[in-house]
Amino acid sequence: MMDKMIFGRYVPAESVIHRMDPRSKLVLIFLFVCIVFLANNLLTYGLLTVYTFFMIALSKVPIRFIYTGLKPVLLLVIFTLFLHLFLTKEGEVLFRFGWITIYEEGLRQGIFISLRFFLLILMTSILTLTTTPIEITDGLESLLNPLNKVKFPVHELALMMSISLRFIPTLMQETDKIMKAQTARGADFTSGPIKERIKTIIPLLIPLFVSSFKRAEELAVAMESRGYRGGEGRTKYRQLNWGLKDTAMLAMLAALALVLFLLRT
Amino acid sequence: MDISLQNVEYRYQVNTPFERPAIKDVSIDIPSGTFLAIIGHTGSGKSTVLQHLNALLKPTEGQVVIGERKIIPEKKQKNLKEIRQRVGIVFQFPEHQLFEETVEKDICFGPMNFGVSEEEAKKRARAAIGQVGLPEEILSKSPFDLSGGQMRRVAIAGVLAMEPDVIVLDEPTAGLDPRGRKEIMDMFYSLHGTRGLSTVLVTHSMEDASRYADQIVIMHNGEVYKKGTPKEIFSSPEGLLKLGLDVPEVVRFQLKMEKSLNIRLSKTCLTMDELTDEIAAVMKRGTAT
Ligand SMILES: Nc1ncnc2c1ncn2[C@@H]1O[C@H](COP(=O)(O)OP(=O)(O)OP(=O)(O)O)[C@@H](O)[C@H]1O
Ligand SMILES: [Mg+2]
Repeated sequence: MMDKMIFGRYVPAESVIHRMDPRSKLVLIFLFVCIVFLANNLLTYGLLTVYTFFMIALSKVPIRFIYTGLKPVLLLVIFTLFLHLFLTKEGEVLFRFGWITIYEEGLRQGIFISLRFFLLILMTSILTLTTTPIEITDGLESLLNPLNKVKFPVHELALMMSISLRFIPTLMQETDKIMKAQTARGADFTSGPIKERIKTIIPLLIPLFVSSFKRAEELAVAMESRGYRGGEGRTKYRQLNWGLKDTAMLAMLAALALVLFLLRT
Repeated sequence: MDISLQNVEYRYQVNTPFERPAIKDVSIDIPSGTFLAIIGHTGSGKSTVLQHLNALLKPTEGQVVIGERKIIPEKKQKNLKEIRQRVGIVFQFPEHQLFEETVEKDICFGPMNFGVSEEEAKKRARAAIGQVGLPEEILSKSPFDLSGGQMRRVAIAGVLAMEPDVIVLDEPTAGLDPRGRKEIMDMFYSLHGTRGLSTVLVTHSMEDASRYADQIVIMHNGEVYKKGTPKEIFSSPEGLLKLGLDVPEVVRFQLKMEKSLNIRLSKTCLTMDELTDEIAAVMKRGTAT
């Protein structure tokens, strides 16, 4: 049941996006998050959508995989849509049915905001699907490096991040395993009243916590015994390489931003 | 309860780029009362097979028949509790599944999920803790204060207390000391006899497989490579050795002896007694066949 999760998962493939410098990918995502807010009409949203799907195509991650992985999130998107549909009371009335009244503005905002939400999720998934956690951390560490001057613990933060990213899949597997073991002992995670189901969480959570703490301790010992003592003077095995494609990708995004700026109303 | 796997295939992570069959075309019959051992390299699909035995996994191809229930890919299954109660699985490293405040409560978790009263569950807990060779005082302790080996036994007791008809063991003795291993295996074997259970054992120990099992299945790359009685399996050990799997020590000794003395005994011996009798017979006759 945990098989389908795609967060924190890396899908190996040969693609431009895979080969981009993690720094440029991070910058790209960050800028994309800002640019999304430029769109405010059909045309601009259309352009953003096209751009997003173009990026997915470039990444060569099978769209079916993304679709199945994002299904649960899709529910949230649809929920956002309905929230706006029912709660926004501006513009003309589109139709009335019993106590439900749908306003034009509600429909518009509902569609746009859920689309915006959806595109953001898609783009960030492309980042995590095409970049190994280690690359992301390396990129982030390098981007944040200037903050070292103000005594911000960049290296520690990056390390913390890479460790947590590294253990997400492990935790998922562990959850799956313990769920199966307790199911075999008659626990029921999938049906029954909510009150009962909350109770079945305990046999799952406690073993998970116990093993996580144990794992954290073991990791700390293993790191110390291999002589780890913080980031100072530590050289890097993986070197980051900013290439032409990185500049080109950012330039493309800049062009998109410009067009959006010109076409927005 | 009879269990039978018919041409079972299972794929993990369907619809993802990682999809591939973990087991394919696996057919195994486990009539009531059988002691079946499954052997195979790490990653050969043993644990995946086991999870079909109580419908934790639904085959993606083929079918699994558990008692009267038929598990097929197309149909969503409901009310699997009865199956789960009748087929108890002891997972690899079962100590990871402990969660209660006390050992007693943890052992009672299974039975009570299946509708056994608290009183009865406690009675079973006391019986089970004795079966796995732990003192009764341990029942009031926290499972997290125990040693690894004790935790393992408690987890096993938790499955025994469910009083299943079929007991499925995934390397139950991995990581235990030699005496502990023997104790646990002997316990399962005597339970198998006295309660008339079916037992399915995944093991890396050829000794255990040849000593306890009536039937052996060898898995290789997700497929059944060979199945038969221990005698059948170990009497032509070449295939096993080619896969890089071991044979029991007695068989290995016999093979070496036959080779260096350039003789052949009349049969493959699985126990030390059998082998000594055979050797004695040969010496009496003066020649081997
Ligand atoms: N949850 C899972 N998701 C994806 N693939 C899996 C999962 N569990 C097992 N596999 C894959 O299925 C194959 C068979 O695994 P399985 O655990 O059944 O092997 P095993 O014979 O029990 O090995 P071991 O002796 O190490 O326990 C392996 O290739 C493994 O990578
Ligand atoms: Mg296994």
